[in-house]
Amino acid sequence: MTALPAKSDVKLGLVIDLDTCVGCHACVVSCKGWNTENYGAPLSDQDAYGENPSGTFLNRVHSFEVQPEQGAAQTIHFPKSCLHCEDAPCVTVCPTGASYKRAEDGIVLVNEDACIGCGLCAWACPYGARELDQAAGVMKKCTLCVDRIYNENLPEEDREPACVRTCPAGARHFGDLGDENSDVSQLVKERGGMDLMPELGTKPVNKYLPPRPKDTGNEIDILAPLLAPVATETTGFLGWLDRTLEKL
Amino acid sequence: MHPAPSVILFSVLSGLGFGMLAWLGFGEPGVTGMSAFIFFFVAYALAVGGLLSATFHLGNPKNALKSFSQWRTSWLSREGCCAVAALLVMGIYAIGAIFLETHWVFVGIIGAILSIVTVFTTSMIYGQLKTVPRWNHWTTPPLFLSLSIFGGALMTGQIKVAMVGFIVVGLIQIAAWLMGDKQFATRGSSMETATGLGDIGKVRMFEPPHTGTNYLLKEMVYVIGRKHAMKLRVIAILLMVVIPVLMIWMGAHHDIKAVIAVLSHIVGVFASRWLFFAEAEHVVGLYYGKRG
Ligand code: SF4
Ligand code: SF4
Ligand code: SF4
Repeated sequence: MTALPAKSDVKLGLVIDLDTCVGCHACVVSCKGWNTENYGAPLSDQDAYGENPSGTFLNRVHSFEVQPEQGAAQTIHFPKSCLHCEDAPCVTVCPTGASYKRAEDGIVLVNEDACIGCGLCAWACPYGARELDQAAGVMKKCTLCVDRIYNENLPEEDREPACVRTCPAGARHFGDLGDENSDVSQLVKERGGMDLMPELGTKPVNKYLPPRPKDTGNEIDILAPLLAPVATETTGFLGWLDRTLEKL
Repeated sequence: MHPAPSVILFSVLSGLGFGMLAWLGFGEPGVTGMSAFIFFFVAYALAVGGLLSATFHLGNPKNALKSFSQWRTSWLSREGCCAVAALLVMGIYAIGAIFLETHWVFVGIIGAILSIVTVFTTSMIYGQLKTVPRWNHWTTPPLFLSLSIFGGALMTGQIKVAMVGFIVVGLIQIAAWLMGDKQFATRGSSMETATGLGDIGKVRMFEPPHTGTNYLLKEMVYVIGRKHAMKLRVIAILLMVVIPVLMIWMGAHHDIKAVIAVLSHIVGVFASRWLFFAEAEHVVGLYYGKRG
């Protein structure tokens, strides 16, 4: 049913730390690796070894450069997957009921057995979080690794999304954003976690932690006085050479 | 947005077909027998042909029947339901007109209303999308509805109505273009809001997430040159509005002028619909540094 659930108290989602992400794309690879052989149709590639490779991914890492008014530009790596929005426009546009948001934990999923591949949900998502698989013809999106987080066949430490488990920088956190006291909610509160494109009213569950303030590059190191040049005028042979060359 | 031929074909043809059905349902012209057959045949060919071409756009059409189920929330589902209802009711009306030489007025009116509502639901599939500010504007439904109703008037021989109507179409179209050009900026999404990094400074693309292309770029980040678009706008208005109006004004009636009016209008609507897609900017382009 593509009506949104009235309210889900549990809001499972990700918190992504833009300060610590190093842009290694490990989460992209692990996400594809896990999801191509689990939930639903595989994530196909087209022309994978040819001139114009393309393929389906549920998570991608963009890189931006931000130029402050003063000081040096910053490079910020920016992982992006489905934000499991509370007011998910991708769900309500679906004509078949294939797209749905779970009442029990807020995860947004696609039932591929009902999907007609019309692509309208991908149009409705502001974040580019849905891709129509070109081989299977059905819509693919981040499942929040629903087949890991509740999976009792996995060792306990693996019961979190593949991307979170893999990230070598600890830039991705998973938890219940509906619970004020959860680690992720605390993190969001401490670091001023933010929504992407809040003006579109999708109310994303996933939050992004802004980069911490950087030094401006103007402060001089405390050792600087010791590093001051000792001789300001050149003397001796080099001085003579310098003066002679100047005259030429 | 990618101007997919199947979707352009669908929306133009079925729009005209349902426009014709609406007039026929209201009893204009009140034909019976063989000439009713011809009118209904053309209208059904356009409406059904359009709907069929839309299924070529689907990645997985075998589940198509399920798309009638979510009419409570989905405009696409509502469109499917209304289209089938309109075609069924107008089918009954057509049987009366063709074989029994009678017009079941009540059935015709219901069918006509359903036909118009179908076109409205089509327009809302686009009009509802906040992610495409140009479409998410009050001009979208009037544009689709006026094109369908007055195009239908031309096709059913209501040429006086069509002449006045096309002038209205032209005004709505120009308003949609001019206001549409400002919509993206008005909506206020930018690379800064998309990334949340605006507090630090001006954001620009450093590296895209992938070296090649992908579904998102192909489907939603179609970029069309400004000059190219301007030329097509002029062509679209000339063919869709100016030439048909001139032909009718010069007294088109069952002659070559009428043929020119119809063909010119249809080609013009194709140009307009192509632009409707090609010029529409999806906010996801912001993540690829491809907007403004
Ligand atoms: S990020 Fe996109 S796909 Fe995910 S819930 Fe929000 S609108 Fe839907
Ligand atoms: S592509 Fe599939 S999931 Fe998306 S709106 Fe169409 S039917 Fe629903
Ligand atoms: S939660 Fe799972 S599906 Fe979603 S981005 Fe991470 S690895 Fe991919």
